[in-house]
Amino acid sequence: MDCKEFLQRLSEAAGPSGYERAIRELVAEEFRRYAHDVQMHKMGSVIALRRGDGEEPRRRILLAGHMDEVALMVSKMDEGFLHVAEVGGLDPRILPGQEVIVHGRRELPGIIGARPPHVVTPEERNKVIPLHELLVDVALPPEEVSQWVRVGDLVTFRRPFIPLQKDWVAGKSFDDRVGVVVVGECLSNLAERWKHSWDVYGVATCQEEVTFLGAITTTYGIRPDIAIAIDVTFGSMGDSADGENFQMGGGPAIGYGPNVHPKIHQMLVETAKKLEIPYQIEPLPRGSGTDAWPMQVSREGIPTGVIGVPLRYMHTPVETVCVTDIERAGRLLAAFIAGLDASTMEKLTPRLDVEA
Amino acid sequence: MTLLKELSEARGVSGREDEIRSILFRHIREHIDEHRVDALGNLIAVRKARVPAGAPVPRKVMLAAHMDEVGLMITEITKSGLLRFQPTGGIDPRLLLAKKVLIGDNKVPGVIGVKPIHKLKAEELEQVPKYEQLTIDIGVTTQSAAEALTHVGDYATFDTAYEELGPFAKGKAFDDRAGCAVLVELLKHDYPFDLHAVFTVQEEVGLRGARVAAYSVEPDCAIALEGTIADDLPKKKDVSPTSRLGGGPVLTVMDRTFIAHAGMLRHTIAVAEKHGIPYQFKQPGIGGTDAGAIHLTREGIPSLTIAVPCRYIHSPVALLYIKDFEHTITLVRETLRTLTLDIIRPEA
Amino acid sequence: MKELVKRLTEAYGPSGFEAQVRAIIAAEVKGLADEVRTDGIGNLFVLKKGRDSSHRALVAAHMDEIGVMVTHIDKDGFARFTRIGGVRPLGLPGARVVFANGLVGSIGLEKLEDRTKVPDLDKMFIDVGAKDKDTCPVKVGDAATFWQPFAAQHGRWIAKAFDDRIGCAVLIETLRALPKPAYDTYFVFTAQEEVGVRGATVAAFGVEPDYAIAVDVTPTGDTPESHPIAAGIGKGPAIKVMDRGMIVHQGLKDWMIRTAEEAGIRYQLEVLEFGSTDAMAMQTTREGVPAGVLSIPTRHVHSPSEMVDEGDVQDSVKLLAALLSRPVSLE
Repeated sequence: MDCKEFLQRLSEAAGPSGYERAIRELVAEEFRRYAHDVQMHKMGSVIALRRGDGEEPRRRILLAGHMDEVALMVSKMDEGFLHVAEVGGLDPRILPGQEVIVHGRRELPGIIGARPPHVVTPEERNKVIPLHELLVDVALPPEEVSQWVRVGDLVTFRRPFIPLQKDWVAGKSFDDRVGVVVVGECLSNLAERWKHSWDVYGVATCQEEVTFLGAITTTYGIRPDIAIAIDVTFGSMGDSADGENFQMGGGPAIGYGPNVHPKIHQMLVETAKKLEIPYQIEPLPRGSGTDAWPMQVSREGIPTGVIGVPLRYMHTPVETVCVTDIERAGRLLAAFIAGLDASTMEKLTPRLDVEA
Repeated sequence: MTLLKELSEARGVSGREDEIRSILFRHIREHIDEHRVDALGNLIAVRKARVPAGAPVPRKVMLAAHMDEVGLMITEITKSGLLRFQPTGGIDPRLLLAKKVLIGDNKVPGVIGVKPIHKLKAEELEQVPKYEQLTIDIGVTTQSAAEALTHVGDYATFDTAYEELGPFAKGKAFDDRAGCAVLVELLKHDYPFDLHAVFTVQEEVGLRGARVAAYSVEPDCAIALEGTIADDLPKKKDVSPTSRLGGGPVLTVMDRTFIAHAGMLRHTIAVAEKHGIPYQFKQPGIGGTDAGAIHLTREGIPSLTIAVPCRYIHSPVALLYIKDFEHTITLVRETLRTLTLDIIRPEA
Repeated sequence: MKELVKRLTEAYGPSGFEAQVRAIIAAEVKGLADEVRTDGIGNLFVLKKGRDSSHRALVAAHMDEIGVMVTHIDKDGFARFTRIGGVRPLGLPGARVVFANGLVGSIGLEKLEDRTKVPDLDKMFIDVGAKDKDTCPVKVGDAATFWQPFAAQHGRWIAKAFDDRIGCAVLIETLRALPKPAYDTYFVFTAQEEVGVRGATVAAFGVEPDYAIAVDVTPTGDTPESHPIAAGIGKGPAIKVMDRGMIVHQGLKDWMIRTAEEAGIRYQLEVLEFGSTDAMAMQTTREGVPAGVLSIPTRHVHSPSEMVDEGDVQDSVKLLAALLSRPVSLE
């Protein structure tokens, strides 16, 4: 699979939380090449099943990357201008001067207006413009705006993919289309070169940015034995990891903490070492803020893992990532899955040391 | 109180409760009929019904006490071999200065350093330290030396000796090792229903163990056992102490995570009054317990929280009054022995 | 309907203490339903059988209202208190609250050091006129709500607890108006919404519906210098698109819009940047339930004097009846 090309297609499409249809179709089309079955879940996720060659009933592993993106929603119309509310968490400081697309009855290009410095007072200049004071301008007369747009319509960033130097790229919605690409890359690796006995459910989840809806509902339905969330993590601005930020091009970050089963962490690290894939350790002292958080407490509890791909400028239209890290994460997961066998679950059951 | 000493001095930050689980299993194995450990690490033990019921009783009752304690996690090893960290669970950073900790499975000792008073500017003395500014010193000067002993992701705990001070007990992690110790004692008695004792994980990071345990146990009702806040030092203002030492077991009416089942609460109060056991109400609206997760499981589980009052929880050293601890065991035991189906039946 | 709304809004029912409201509703729905039951948390389930019993719909309105709970009685018999749900301190001093047994208290305020800031609840106390701690008739853990009469004038209604007794009234009137729903329909009057959509969480798990609709209030942007909100009172029921707790299922929302248009019922679209409803909990149940919200536009939400428009309420009944009468489409 060409990770960069797939990421570009996913990035340039629009799919805010709850409105992932366009992404869903791209994902289904790509995943179908490596899976035995692809289903649309009723709440909006895509589930690709790649069957293992073990005896039935087979164990199941779920891989989740979320396909939704942070966006804006029209909350009120004002003389042809649009007030907007956030869908997911956005820094309002990045908004003035952005180009957007308003998804009304037809797609309209728009601008989040910024008043020129000449008319801004010195006091105003020192203050952040709050979201409720920003307006989207679609450059149409008010009567025509209300013909095409109504309250509840989505607004997404208008940002073509930006190739930077070598394998570095920038663009919108890499959080977490990068994770979706990793899931695809893993399935593609499995299809091409790894035998695996477990069934693999590659899931592009919906609505992670708002409620984890996709992860909650698909995990409940699939009842996996192991679940792993693949999401982006904070890329360092220097040339090394610093505890809360991870080196760009330094390989996938393998999470550790309450949200991660210690044995799964260990198995991922051992797999990375064996394949000589560079990796980093991501300490997660509280939650992980990923789909793994709700997946872990589904039903009777599920052993979970977290894989992070370092990314700079999260939740902006210039998210930046190193494509090699995506490929490495996909390969790592494929090898991890190939290593799962009949005895794996036994190893995951915590031991009761009575001799202590 | 030797069990409480053993539990208090053992280490088990949320997500890494193995040591506590093993100690508890050793103490309960003779008193239980079945046990299992689930995917998150909850220890679920069953003591079957051993006495006949006088009236219709629930089939299964779940008692929950959480094994995990708040602690620190190493997030970075610096070039000079100092360890940066972040909290797991809620710890006030003002409590961290100049404390001793133990790091990782090998219990590497370390100290949380602080700039000498001689070098502090007047305004620095007024500043609350931020986690980002603090480091643990393990007595090495290079990153590689530190990495030979510790890892990013290692948990650190306070190192506090348990001690009895007259009628009081002092130690760390009474939240909720006190509840664990109460639950172990309760497993030594007979009840007219199957008692599912669940020693839960990850309470301090969001009631996560109790949630999945309640889903799998499917009890008819549940009680969370806790070591709870006693904020009973003298205050200028006449306001709630949350609970107070010496006031007996603490009953929750409402906290941030749940509203107690009215029938179970009434029953427990009646039991306390009948047996002359002192009891008190926790200040409503404060804190949360495993009951918050349990009562919302599946189609809903009538739940209650009963706690031992403890001063200075979530700090390196807490204090409890041993009589309160003993009264809590008695109150829960008698409450369970007389718990009938009528008490948890929905109102019309 | 006005008389029912008056009784419902004047009733006592803070989260966790909904018994009095539940009793009123249970009496109202008697004879309208095929089955009525309660559960452990205090939800009231009213089942009306449909033409097609292979599918289930769930509609929910919450019985509970915001309130306060006593945390401490001081030596002079004044009661300190905490909030039950989203009670805002602004407007509390001078308000009257009532306890389950009818006892009334006045909310008093300490002497303030800084009168430019809104004091939090820890600067306030409930005064029931007690002489001292020992004889104070309220105790720690007692809950109270605002004490406010219902008023109606020129088509606008003012009362406490329209959030969400007006939703309860809409459900009851819909039960009356609806001959036979398309599916087996559970009208669930939920408990403990204001403290974290708790009743709906367990109710939805048990009912396992094919789709769910919460009927609740939504704040409006039609008052002086308000936050930019499109919804206003007197412009029809609102169909929710998004709030702080959920994005409404796109297919279900579109079906609600189509149904309103086909039935000729005016409606508004709602985008809310704060708060949520029972639908948030119902949506994440089990494998997920497509969930939507029919909102009654309400001014001054969570104050002791909320306001709704009578026409909006009537139209909400019409819209809910129209929805429940037809098979759902989730495309």
